[in-house]
Amino acid sequence: MIRVVLPYHLRNLAQVGSEVELELAGPATVRTVIDALEARYPMLQGAIRDHYTGQRRPFLRFFACEEDLSHDSPDAPLPEPVVQGREPLLIIGAIAGG
Amino acid sequence: MSSVRLLVGTHKGAFILTSDGKRKDWKVEGPFFGGWEIYHLKGSPVDPNRIYASQTSGWFGQTIQRSNDGGATWAPVGNKFAYQGTPGTHQWYDGTPHPWEFKRVWHLEPSLADPDTVFAGVEDAALFKSTDGGASWSELAGLRGHGSGPHWMPGAGGMCLHTIILDPQDPGRIYIAISAAGAFRTDDAGQTWKPINKGLKSNTIPAQEAEVGHCVHHVAMHRDRPGVLFMQKHWDIMRSDNAGESWNEVSGNLPTDFGFVIDVHAHEPDTLYVVPITSDSLHYPPEGKLRVYRSKTGGNEWEPLTKGLPQGDCYVNVLRDAMSVDSLDQCGVYFGTTGGQVYASADAGDNWAPIVRDLPAVLSVEAQTLA
Repeated sequence: MIRVVLPYHLRNLAQVGSEVELELAGPATVRTVIDALEARYPMLQGAIRDHYTGQRRPFLRFFACEEDLSHDSPDAPLPEPVVQGREPLLIIGAIAGG
Repeated sequence: MSSVRLLVGTHKGAFILTSDGKRKDWKVEGPFFGGWEIYHLKGSPVDPNRIYASQTSGWFGQTIQRSNDGGATWAPVGNKFAYQGTPGTHQWYDGTPHPWEFKRVWHLEPSLADPDTVFAGVEDAALFKSTDGGASWSELAGLRGHGSGPHWMPGAGGMCLHTIILDPQDPGRIYIAISAAGAFRTDDAGQTWKPINKGLKSNTIPAQEAEVGHCVHHVAMHRDRPGVLFMQKHWDIMRSDNAGESWNEVSGNLPTDFGFVIDVHAHEPDTLYVVPITSDSLHYPPEGKLRVYRSKTGGNEWEPLTKGLPQGDCYVNVLRDAMSVDSLDQCGVYFGTTGGQVYASADAGDNWAPIVRDLPAVLSVEAQTLA
């Protein structure tokens, strides 16, 4: 079970609480987690990564276990505490604008 | 008894303002989609409870929301806006070619005949259409493909398609306007387009009477006289009596002809409303006086409407989609400001009163007249 923490506005868009729990059949990577997230909550398609390029939206970041995973390959394995559900994958909205 | 519903888009959410036909006491509901930029909301003319909203964010991109119950509940629908084919390039601010990139939906225009059909004007400028209630969107690519697209360039607000006018007497005819490319018309439901900018003069482009490149801010039409168009250009109020084939300036005695909004009285096709703004460098009313100007002669002769509007120390702007009229017997006129006020006149502009004073900056106002 993978735990994902969404930023405030995406929680409202998907109408979920502060944390989402996802079951993955295969390896846990940023790509597979977001694939599963978007499959369950289609309204998040395009809100975290571009519809067509699959690139992370510029003002979002992926954090876990006090590390910034945003520039890692989306196919890199997630840290073991995230895979085991002890730590969440954090999707963070950048502090910008007013 | 008839009533009025105003759909108000702001920088930080949507609001719905409702009143009975007297339009004196208003109920304010919202914010809906709090914290998101709501560029525009508009209801279907054939099913007023079907409302579409453009919800957008620099962080999270574009969402389209749809309500089937007059705004009581909402659900996100499709948000895939893919340019058809290879998008190509337009001019960037520095004159270099820049790839077409989708950023947001500026304006939603529901069909006059079918509540599931809606058009979307987007940045970077293009026109999209949905025939399934917003679930999926297809570009009417003839607009970008007609030839001048590589020469279009963004205005300061972005290269946005912000105005869509459907001809009520000819389903094939659509007018659109783009900042800063100009106005365009199709007569075959969007397959082919032509620029309709003859007569526009803009000293902000090298060739002042070029076919494209004009910063059109908004265009308005009366539904009973669809061949007559009124335009608020960057500078200049313009009028066309031949469906945009040519334009004549009708700024007349306005204190300044810079501004963003323009609208037409619901029952008097020659009665127009504008809100003059000092200049392109000073986006607030002249002398700190918020004045709507009305022409009852289709332009040229304008009178200031000031009763109930602040006549001192007022430095707000009124953005291009932030004025609307209702169609009650005594035409109601409404506009919103960047200071968060929404003003209403229940007597065609003679007297004004604020409905609400402290919303986030208002991006758009649409009036719905309900039976």
